[in-house]
Amino acid sequence: MKSKTANRRLGMAVVYILLALLAFIMLIPFVWMLSASLKYNKDIFVIPFKWLPADPQFRNYVDIWTKIPLARFTMNTVKLTVIVTFLQLFTSSFAAYAFSKLQFRGRNVLFLAYVATIAVPWQVYMVPQFMFMRSLGLADTHLAIIILQAFSAFGVFLMRQFYEGIPDSLCEAARIDGMSEYQIYAKIMLPLSKPALSTLIIFTFVNTWNDFLGPLIYLTSESKKTLQIGLKMFISQYSAEYGLIMAASVLSLIPVLTVFLLLQKYFVAGITTGAVKG
Amino acid sequence: MSHTALTQAEKNRRRRKRKQALVAYSFIAPNFIGFAIFTLGPIILAFVIAFMEWDGNNPMKFVGFSNFITIFSEDRFVSSLKNTLVYSLFTVPITLALALGLAILLNQKIRGRNFLRTVTFFPYVASLVAVTAVWNMLFTPAKGGIVNQFMINVLHMAPSKWAAAPKTVMLTIIMFSVWKNMGYYMVIYLAGLQGISEDLYEAASLDGANALQRFRYVTIPQLRPTTFFVSIILTINCFKVYDIVYMLAGGSNGVINKSAIVLVYYIYEEAFRNWKLGQASASAIILFAIVLVITLIQFGGEKNYAND
Repeated sequence: MKSKTANRRLGMAVVYILLALLAFIMLIPFVWMLSASLKYNKDIFVIPFKWLPADPQFRNYVDIWTKIPLARFTMNTVKLTVIVTFLQLFTSSFAAYAFSKLQFRGRNVLFLAYVATIAVPWQVYMVPQFMFMRSLGLADTHLAIIILQAFSAFGVFLMRQFYEGIPDSLCEAARIDGMSEYQIYAKIMLPLSKPALSTLIIFTFVNTWNDFLGPLIYLTSESKKTLQIGLKMFISQYSAEYGLIMAASVLSLIPVLTVFLLLQKYFVAGITTGAVKG
Repeated sequence: MSHTALTQAEKNRRRRKRKQALVAYSFIAPNFIGFAIFTLGPIILAFVIAFMEWDGNNPMKFVGFSNFITIFSEDRFVSSLKNTLVYSLFTVPITLALALGLAILLNQKIRGRNFLRTVTFFPYVASLVAVTAVWNMLFTPAKGGIVNQFMINVLHMAPSKWAAAPKTVMLTIIMFSVWKNMGYYMVIYLAGLQGISEDLYEAASLDGANALQRFRYVTIPQLRPTTFFVSIILTINCFKVYDIVYMLAGGSNGVINKSAIVLVYYIYEEAFRNWKLGQASASAIILFAIVLVITLIQFGGEKNYAND
């Protein structure tokens, strides 16, 4: 009996050591980023390493705004991310309602088309898509990026999977009460699908905010570039300005991390719908 | 009399049905129009262009399979194919194993569990440009880099050049990829674990199964659908790799050399630097074919298992 509790204690000790190691590995790049963003360039690679510099250089966070058009890049990214997330959420949840709760001809074929394209990486058709957009005069426009991101098959799939878990009888009852399909969607389905919507917001927000290849291909004029492209441009140009690069990196992380932390309590529930029933 | 009443009822039913179909189409239209024009259309076009010679300005010319023959004779394409395979071959199992391990660890009733779950997911949502910038500084080829210092002083090993040397560049990319993405797959596994009924574990314990046996005979089989889902998504994502390589191994002009070039970078380069759109699309079709074959194999394996 005694050896059993001893074993258990040892087991728990191992678990906690593993967890501490995990937290360390996961967090160290972020901590290092914060620390370096407050240093002079010459102090960043000094040994022994100082986690907290003696005189923190908050100037880095001020200077970066004048070194590159960071405000413009941020505005562009915020604009694109907000529009794409809204469109994605609206069109996906709207279409998913029909796929899950309404009967019509061609339902299965259309849904199959959506599911099949999830398995086709965007990289497979990015070239013809660009040529097509260019022929429409959409090269180097924000509209192209919005179109690129707003109609994903993934969103429809995720929402539809979630709606499948909501009993049809709920909709039937509402129909008998005289509600139109649009009212059922807005007043019953949407409020019930918070977990799926939150998951979709996180994914769309994160993907659009962090997207690199799309803006790299489409956006050529500097005034239209996004934060990621702008940041990469800055890193290539001033590769030795470590402090500034780290300050800009910290700033670029804040919005995604905020959205994630705000919505994360719904997140596991939302991911499950996509995964397990898929 | 009753005859006309019947047709009237039938008419009403049909009208209602037609109305419901119209309503349904109105729900789908906003997404489907965008999806059909900008996703389905280009996918079909990709298959057409792969058999054409096209520079984007002059008219297309049908050339049969010659684009495919050309790319397979090109050094950079073959390297990109090889590197993508190596990358996926290592990244998929390592990420899968670590994600499962972490999920089991963070499914225990332990202190700081929620904090750790959040922390593990952080790298996944963090923007790639920012975290690769840090990685490039942590893993700097210089001796003074924090990782090289650790190698020298703690592990007593020689410092490495990491992404700057052809031998270690893929290793660095794989390590980064595992670090960045395992949190996402961990969350999926967590969801899977939470779906396993406690009764199964209790029954196994009553039969005298120890922890290892419970893991082997309850957890693993019960997680089978999750593992199937994770492995497909993970494999597809691995073959799509591009930006990680571009940030970690791309030179200041953005060019990736032979030791790290991957398929999607090759497509990008052929299309938007060399304007050989036919060859770019042919390589894209190869990418699609690989992803398709792997997905089908995984589906086949899953089906066989389910039939047993």
